[in-house]
Amino acid sequence: MTAVQKRILINKIALGFSTLSAIIALAFLFWILGVLAMKGMSALNWNIFIYEGAPPGYEDSGLKHALVGQLILVGMATIIGVPLGILAGTYLSEYGKNSKLAHTIRDISDIMMSAPSIVIGAFVYAIIVMPMGHFSAWAGAIALAIIMIPIILRTTDDMLQLVPGTLREAAFALGAPKYKVIKDVVYRGAKAGILTGVLLGIARVAGETAPLLFTSFNDNFFTTDLNAAMPSLTVTMFNYAISPYEDWQQLGWAAAFILSMFILGLNIMGRLILLAGKRK
Amino acid sequence: MIDKIFFNFTRFSALLILLIVAWIFVVLFNHSLEAMHTFGLDFITQDEWAPNVGKFGAKAAIIGSVISTFLAMLLAIPVAIGVAIFLSEIAHDKIKSFFGVSVELLAAIPSVIYGMWGLFFFVPILRDTFGGMGIGLLAAGIVLAIMILPFMAAVTRDAMNTTPDILKESAYALGGTQWDVIKDIIIPYAKAGIIGSLILALGRAIGETMAVTFVMGNVHKVPGSILDPTTSIPVTLANEFTEADSSLYFSSLFGLALTLLVMSFVVIAIAKFYFLRKARRA
Repeated sequence: MTAVQKRILINKIALGFSTLSAIIALAFLFWILGVLAMKGMSALNWNIFIYEGAPPGYEDSGLKHALVGQLILVGMATIIGVPLGILAGTYLSEYGKNSKLAHTIRDISDIMMSAPSIVIGAFVYAIIVMPMGHFSAWAGAIALAIIMIPIILRTTDDMLQLVPGTLREAAFALGAPKYKVIKDVVYRGAKAGILTGVLLGIARVAGETAPLLFTSFNDNFFTTDLNAAMPSLTVTMFNYAISPYEDWQQLGWAAAFILSMFILGLNIMGRLILLAGKRK
Repeated sequence: MIDKIFFNFTRFSALLILLIVAWIFVVLFNHSLEAMHTFGLDFITQDEWAPNVGKFGAKAAIIGSVISTFLAMLLAIPVAIGVAIFLSEIAHDKIKSFFGVSVELLAAIPSVIYGMWGLFFFVPILRDTFGGMGIGLLAAGIVLAIMILPFMAAVTRDAMNTTPDILKESAYALGGTQWDVIKDIIIPYAKAGIIGSLILALGRAIGETMAVTFVMGNVHKVPGSILDPTTSIPVTLANEFTEADSSLYFSSLFGLALTLLVMSFVVIAIAKFYFLRKARRA
């Protein structure tokens, strides 16, 4: 075999391995997605949206409690986290810019984005659940908000920086004070980007289980009391899946399917808004 | 006037991040003091975890965390690099966008679902193949590997894509095969970025809770083989936090949380501030 033939052979083998690994990755992907879709859809029915949790064996059991609880938790986290994240991002992009403080904040929030979420749960347990003496929806929402803030902060920072400086200068030249420039010029220019960041942030926390385990805990019944334990889809899914009862496991898969669709929807919406914003 | 108020609001929010991070460290540290005083270094060198007699040694959990993450990296890195090469050098544009969508899909799935899939579909296979319980380090490593694979492949691909076309074209002009170009041009060029991406994925894997809680077993014993059920820091926290009944128990759990936070902080910081920054500068 000549040297050239050998190199061509090695080339083929190496590229073959690379393609093979792509196929392996895809196979697992379809396996998991297939299981999720099949198990989830076969467990879906209207009862799930009508009934709350019931002991195993009951026919009239559903996920209403967890669906509403999830919406409340994520909604509260959004109300707390989004304004703080956007304001902090505004500071970095409009006031802090390249100062040392701004860079430190960017670095720390980058690390926070990948930090273990269960630790946030432990932290919130110590500062809220322990002093209050019981689990609460507030604690869960705050844990989720802490996870959400760095994500929104970073996207807001990036998106605001994309707004051209000349636009700001034009507004300043007309005599507008800085807050007006930010509110009416910068925010307006970066609207689509900020919205995308918010949606991605919500999508990210909606799938979190670990920080809720010992903050909002869980409840098998419908509740809207923010000072009590609050059921969520993720924790319910976890509890039902590790239970030995088949009908609970079924409900767990249904919850998994509904939640994945919700998160996927948020992700797609985020991308579409960004695309639409770019086309303009 | 309004200007000042607005400025202070934004500055307060930005500083809040630093405050929260510092606060997390302080709170975890304070709450783990009791365990530190009681056990000292034994906390991380002893493996007996017996709440009934008030003994807490985190060695098994720490080792479980390290080995399961290591296994996951061992399995995921070659596949991820293969996928990244496939995506950046081999695949057609259509396949690329199809793959891109698939990665988005996988990223949309909450980690708890990976755990459910692992428990119901993967553990039985392991049980039939290797005997034993099926749950344990190997199962955790594999589920973890699958979970971080999309993220890892995506960031590695991005790192590879930073190689300037002109470098690649020069190598092709000299008669290099595709593999020559990958091995001698792209990988050396993007090395720092690739390593940074891999370590970043490791930082995520080490703190992952839900994907492994199902399949780890939660047994506080240093495992004899990778088929043995064991525990890891996040798994212990998830399983025992609501059961803790003494202040020493709580304190030990907070000690675990602090250990985990420090471990992942260090790993992520190394990835971000050493490798990825170096990659950006190059």
